[in-house]
Amino acid sequence: MFGKTSGLIVVILFLFTAIAVAAAESIPPKVGTALPDIDLLMPDNSADRKYLGLPSGGKTFQVGRIKAKVLIIQIYSMYCPYCQADAPNVNRLYGLLESNPALTGKVKLIGIGAGNTSFEVATYKKKYSVAFPLIPDADFKIHKIIGEVRTPYFIAVKITDGGRNEVVYSRLGALEDVEQFLGQIVRTVQSN
Amino acid sequence: MKIKAVLLIFIICFFAGNACAASAAFENNIYNPGELKPTDSVLKVGVGDEAPAFTLPALSGKTVSLSDFRGRKNVVISFVPAAWTPVCSDQWPGYNIIQDIFESNDAVLLGITVDNIPTLFSWTNQMGKLWFDVLSDFWPHGSVAASFGVLRSDGMAERAMLIVDKKGLIRYIDVHNINQRPPLEDLVRELEKLK
Repeated sequence: MFGKTSGLIVVILFLFTAIAVAAAESIPPKVGTALPDIDLLMPDNSADRKYLGLPSGGKTFQVGRIKAKVLIIQIYSMYCPYCQADAPNVNRLYGLLESNPALTGKVKLIGIGAGNTSFEVATYKKKYSVAFPLIPDADFKIHKIIGEVRTPYFIAVKITDGGRNEVVYSRLGALEDVEQFLGQIVRTVQSN
Repeated sequence: MKIKAVLLIFIICFFAGNACAASAAFENNIYNPGELKPTDSVLKVGVGDEAPAFTLPALSGKTVSLSDFRGRKNVVISFVPAAWTPVCSDQWPGYNIIQDIFESNDAVLLGITVDNIPTLFSWTNQMGKLWFDVLSDFWPHGSVAASFGVLRSDGMAERAMLIVDKKGLIRYIDVHNINQRPPLEDLVRELEKLK
């Protein structure tokens, strides 16, 4: 009797642990933790590679290889009406980053097109004249790793020496107030 | 025996908790039907066939016939299964930002579901103002979908994309896996073949 019960407990604990691990991989990134490892498709144009400080060659790269102190990641989709409406705001955010000498080169911005093919990413980029890199995630692989968040979703990570990173912002919703958003990111990074 | 009962309750609670957490990931108004059989119908048309004629009420209040475009425009027909479901809600909003691609290929888009007009009104309001006609194949239920052979056994339409050329001939059919969105490049490539 004791043996059977013990066996049952072991099985349950194993199941519990396995499911807990799976669940941990599929929750949205939490502030104060490291972003899960995600392989981003290497941009095929030199301007995007130059902006991110990436060498040519290689099919994928990881966030830690981007030359920046802070990386803002927009999770979006060309099929998401809220993302479409928010596109001018995100473009303005990029403009603010690039026009402020204190931020240029230190705070960078990318978009990840959840479920979007390269063609769809290019279509969105052209439609909204997006000047920062947009990375396709055609098979939702990245989207699944970061908790299948709804879109648009914004994550900011602080990149430290050695390519380690720490999530400093993680929230669902459009950028209704770009200045406030950017101010929050800058203050959060400065206070850390 | 008591230990087993406690463990059983623990297991039930644990899995129930996960189910709730998963459903919370979706937009509040979207119903998730789960993974469905990829396709569930038998096509009644083929590439090269004349497209079955139809006339349906549009969300705009007018009626739209396929013959309206004969000799004038290529017609892309996008059947989607149902309003308020995850993939469908993430398909037409994408087409809404590429009107220029349709126009450059001398094509119009007709979106068709088996939902009624009030449901389509509420649902498409979430997508912003759509530039293309949305047609209701509600009554007789799914009759147009059935005439193409894309009506599923549960009364929903397939996620199907067809291109009908200016002569009224079917030039492309993609009865897609209902659980996935058709890649945009497939449609654009086929449209460009009509030039």
